[in-house]
Amino acid sequence: MSEPDTPIEPAATPEEAGPPSVAARLALYQRAGGIITPLLTAALAFLIGGLVVVATTGKSPFSTYRAIFRGAGLNWFFDVGSHSIRVPFSTHHVWFPWNTAFASTAGFNLQQTLILATPLMLTGLAVAFAFRCGLFNIGGNGQYTVGAMFAMQMGVWFVGLPQALHIFLALGVAALAGAVWAGIAGLLKATVGAHEVITTIMLNYIALLVASWLIGIGGPLQQNNPGQESVPESSTIANSAHLPVFWGSPVLQGLHIGIFIAIGALVVYWLVLNRTTLGFEVRAVGYNPEAARYSGISVAKNYFLAMAISGAFAGIAGGIDLLGWEFKLDTTDVASTQAGFIGIAVALLGRNKPIGIFLAAILFGALLTGTSTRNLDPTIFQPELAGNLSRIIQGLVVLFVGADVLILYLWNSRRKLRRGQPKAVTSP
Amino acid sequence: MTAPTEPLDSRVYRWHPNTRKVGIAGMILGLVAFWLALPPLNTRAVALPVAVGFLGVAAGIWAVSRGERRTGWGAVLVSVLGMACGVLATRATVGHLEVVVTWSALIAATFRYATPLTFAAMGGLFSERSGVVNIALEGMMLMGAFFAILGADKTGSWEAGLFTGMAAGAALALVHAFFCINLRADQIVVGTAINFLALGITGYAYIDIYGLAGTPDHIPTVPDVHLKFLEHIPPTSLGNFLEDSIGTMNLMIWLSFLLVIVTYIVIFRTPTGLRIRSVGEHPRAADTVGISVYRTRYLAVTTSGALAALGGAYLSIGFLGSFGENLTAGRGFIALAALIFGNWRPFGAFGAALLFGFASAFAPQLQNVDSWAQYNTLFQALPYLLTLIAVAGIIGRSIPPAAVGRPYVKQ
Repeated sequence: MSEPDTPIEPAATPEEAGPPSVAARLALYQRAGGIITPLLTAALAFLIGGLVVVATTGKSPFSTYRAIFRGAGLNWFFDVGSHSIRVPFSTHHVWFPWNTAFASTAGFNLQQTLILATPLMLTGLAVAFAFRCGLFNIGGNGQYTVGAMFAMQMGVWFVGLPQALHIFLALGVAALAGAVWAGIAGLLKATVGAHEVITTIMLNYIALLVASWLIGIGGPLQQNNPGQESVPESSTIANSAHLPVFWGSPVLQGLHIGIFIAIGALVVYWLVLNRTTLGFEVRAVGYNPEAARYSGISVAKNYFLAMAISGAFAGIAGGIDLLGWEFKLDTTDVASTQAGFIGIAVALLGRNKPIGIFLAAILFGALLTGTSTRNLDPTIFQPELAGNLSRIIQGLVVLFVGADVLILYLWNSRRKLRRGQPKAVTSP
Repeated sequence: MTAPTEPLDSRVYRWHPNTRKVGIAGMILGLVAFWLALPPLNTRAVALPVAVGFLGVAAGIWAVSRGERRTGWGAVLVSVLGMACGVLATRATVGHLEVVVTWSALIAATFRYATPLTFAAMGGLFSERSGVVNIALEGMMLMGAFFAILGADKTGSWEAGLFTGMAAGAALALVHAFFCINLRADQIVVGTAINFLALGITGYAYIDIYGLAGTPDHIPTVPDVHLKFLEHIPPTSLGNFLEDSIGTMNLMIWLSFLLVIVTYIVIFRTPTGLRIRSVGEHPRAADTVGISVYRTRYLAVTTSGALAALGGAYLSIGFLGSFGENLTAGRGFIALAALIFGNWRPFGAFGAALLFGFASAFAPQLQNVDSWAQYNTLFQALPYLLTLIAVAGIIGRSIPPAAVGRPYVKQ
């Protein structure tokens, strides 16, 4: 399978490079191409989405997108004034240009956007890491569910642990569970060559159904509150396992520290891929498994490790959602999980780069929040329609990103051709 | 998909003895299903012989679709009989258990659940046999489901509904084909995108056209076929049984049976089928002898979309008579699983679809027995687990068409 993110190799090899200025200009073009294509892709998807809005409802796409923008709380950044912020670990307040008060609606909406963007960063990383090894991890949903289930059980069990330890334990076990779940697919790929797309799809459904059984009515992990035998949900985790909230109300779904864990994971992703032997081997296998094998790299081992690490990211995503704001799971939560699938769009749009994944996750998090029934102003656009509009936009983004590798490739080869031909004619 | 690393022939020959063992194991499982309910053990839970028999049938289908016909069909037969006798035995000892398993109702329900899977699996077969991975079956089914009901509602005839549904599925398949074949994008990325798109498009159009109130009542639906003569078949009990199980089935269920036969004939007995298979196994060779790889793949993928859409249409205007967002709810992926479990063969995939349909039909029955109620969901995971084993299995592994997933570049 072709790797969707083919990094643009410097096309100008010494013999065909002209004067340095040309090479520099080329490099600039290519760097720009790396940023511009995802931007164009997203813009095109939003443009088509806007056309759909006009064609079907006759409403202005601009006011619709502005309402979604406001619903996602992104207007918070533009509301600059004279406010104050508390210095971390102290009671001092200092001047701050943005309003961090509880009462700010924009601030609250932005918190929700970032809460949703957090798991998307991690599931995006899960997809991206596997991509770099030439694997397509479509099983983010299953790994997310397994991670959330294990984090839930750790949170329910070890009541009374110190908070930091409890969180570390729960997230660690979630990561391990995700790694094992994805590792099954990796192992099957490595040993018998079973295609990881098929195995991860099957593992998704197995995870979903087993989790629904565990927490469903009569299941072994169903809550045992008196009088609630017919409520298909798990027990609630202990307070000591909650992720601390650093912005907004701790009881009304304020922003928890999970986002820093996700940002940390972005850094880890970059370091592992670019600064470790493992990362080098994973990338080598991703570029060309045969070449990697001939140079002595164990392709099977890297398939397994790449899937396991990928699954660990998705497992942490599930764990963070559970410890950060869900606190318990019910069967509808389990069945309606989409984080793994949206992670595919995040990784593709972010071109498997940490910064790109960060921004793409915020974009999709904002789309999800901004189109939710709670946040979108129904007088401007019907939220139920908008939710589906965001799915169309996601689909278009994935579709175009899937093809843009080719557009880039054509663009490069055409330029190579053009540069090659005049040289052949005019070379002295 | 990954290229097979060994030559195909050597593997084909190597499986045969192992596949036969699987078939024999299936027969043994069928006998065990009966034995469980007999005196020494006297199992009273109906689910146990059914579950064991189910595994036996699975082993049989597995063996059949991997070339071991006699043993495989034997295993299917023995397991079904073992299951039936086992259940009858438990019923004989415990009178009130007839609520759990009414065979005729169970058979009727199995066909109802299997039909959408059969349509979509046959669709997937065309696409994948031609070398284009189709994980977008889910999206194509969803398009079929919505546009069939829209067409039936607006024109007032279910025939037009089926037609619009198929057209919508085929249109979405054309997008899939264009990106996979002409643009040579990654087929799995495109498939994922198509699934998102279909979810968005159908959800958007549904809310936009029908609003939150949902689809209106009295939408023309595909009629049932009443076979009155069945109840006059000599032994009254047999006649009644046939009448209750297949006497009133939806027209589309019969169509799905027909489709399996037609698919088999087209794929294995016509020049078109030969072209489709050659393009999926070795496109370069096909191109060399003058077969248009692009045209063949376009044809196959579009057919795939239309057939998968029929599966969705069965759900909306065949069975339910209404639509809801994400109506298909993962059935496209079960169909894909059935296709893989059936080793990319029409009858294998059909057998797997029936088996998976039976799992869906039987699981709710478990709720009638208190101690088994909670295993309802777990039982539904069985098809996925079996498929996982089929893809992974050292014995009788599912082997996809050689060129599936690989774009073809004309020279």
